[in-house]
Amino acid sequence: MITRQILTRITTLAVSLTILIWSTAAMAAPKTVILATTTSTQDSGLLDVLVPLFEKESGYQVKTISVGSGQAMKMGEKGEADVLLVHSPDAEKKFMAYGFGAVRRLVMHNDFIILGPAADPAGVKGTKAAEAMKLIAQKNSLFASRGDNSGTHAKEKGLWKAAGVNPEGQKWYQQTGLGMGQTLSVAAEKKAYVLADRATYLALRKNLGLEILAEGDGRLLNIYHVLEINPVKWPKVNVPGGKAFADFMVAKKSQDIIGRFGVEKFGAPLFFPDAGKKPESLGL
Amino acid sequence: MELIFEGLQTALKLIFSLDREVLAITLLSLKVSCSATLASLSIGIPIGVFLALSDFPGRRLVISLVNTGMGLPPVVVGLFVTIFLWRNGPLGFLEILYTPLAMILAQAVIATPIVTGITIASIQQLPANLKLQVRALGATRLQTVWILVRESRLPLLAAVMAGFGGVISEVGASIMVGGNIKGQTRVLTTATVMETGKGNFDVAIALSLILLALAFGVNYLLTVIQQRERPR
Repeated sequence: MITRQILTRITTLAVSLTILIWSTAAMAAPKTVILATTTSTQDSGLLDVLVPLFEKESGYQVKTISVGSGQAMKMGEKGEADVLLVHSPDAEKKFMAYGFGAVRRLVMHNDFIILGPAADPAGVKGTKAAEAMKLIAQKNSLFASRGDNSGTHAKEKGLWKAAGVNPEGQKWYQQTGLGMGQTLSVAAEKKAYVLADRATYLALRKNLGLEILAEGDGRLLNIYHVLEINPVKWPKVNVPGGKAFADFMVAKKSQDIIGRFGVEKFGAPLFFPDAGKKPESLGL
Repeated sequence: MELIFEGLQTALKLIFSLDREVLAITLLSLKVSCSATLASLSIGIPIGVFLALSDFPGRRLVISLVNTGMGLPPVVVGLFVTIFLWRNGPLGFLEILYTPLAMILAQAVIATPIVTGITIASIQQLPANLKLQVRALGATRLQTVWILVRESRLPLLAAVMAGFGGVISEVGASIMVGGNIKGQTRVLTTATVMETGKGNFDVAIALSLILLALAFGVNYLLTVIQQRERPR
């Protein structure tokens, strides 16, 4: 008797769940755009503002996959994304040269900063970026690296090169393999130096004990481009969708939103809109 | 300490204000994991019963494989399911990557060996004479199987709990095949990872507490069913 009751109950549950699954499957109707982007655009909250607006205007549904710039570009290479929003200019140029991208447009910039514990054991406060990296290496001070081929990691490697230091394999050089937010947390806990984009730092500042030690150097510029994927190799790429999103990112209205984003919460903008500017004007 | 307290406060606030986004995330977690468990039951129980009752060369090897699969790392499942579901992958024509359906698929892959393994164990722990007895009474093959499954229904409920517990708490596969997309594939575990990354520890704690409460609620329900019927 009881068995039958249980069976009936379980069957009812099963049937109602099956109906739920079908209603989910039916939802996948609108045309989707896959946006592969960096963690900073998501962790700072910028995309939470821009994406819903784009979806409303265009009718596309955006699937935002937030990974490092390196992985985002790999997805683009394989035709698994329709549009990229990334910040790793040297790698982007290669990406375009190999014919993976169709159009690459400047969107915005902010800057990287070198953070560290307030005690500043390596004495890098106020130095230029390359000089700061050299001091950190000389003093064997702990440095937390993203180590994930992200745009920030690429920038960091460039700075080590400029400083003439090879940190690979050094005890004080620790690679987290995590996103920016988590790497900042690791650096804060270990009292390590770390390179971060300003937007993520400002968004997380309240929980960190890290201070800005080096900033404002031309080498620390952090530039974001939007890249449309070349469909020649991968015919399944949603070309109009990718173009619509790229157009949206450089449109005047969106650029105004980018410029105002974060002012209310942090007292200063997190990103500076640059659409239509020549890269040279940013010192590239 | 202060942070934990803040987390609790945020959790209560989010739950009792019926925050729309949190509610949607919670419902999706439940939906995806229940569906995956259900799918794994409908695959795992028949396979488990077959493996427990049959005899063929290589049976031990297959059972060892199933038992190894019980500890299948979710990230490995996530990686392979992603590669298969890529647009240009072997199952790309389905176009389900980054949808809840893909998450159900990945979680079902994780839960099926768990369900199969426990099914094998629970059928095999039945008294050996039972099968003979039932057959002797003139039951057909199908009827025999049905009676054996019914007799092991209590340990089978443990399979349900283990399978569900394995997938509701899983993050590696969900974040890879789902993409943690707001309003579409964001579930409690992936949202917790993201909020931690954003430094919103109070929200992350709140989401974890909701997840724990949910896992407890479902298991409590199943335990009540299981224990009400235990042999006295």
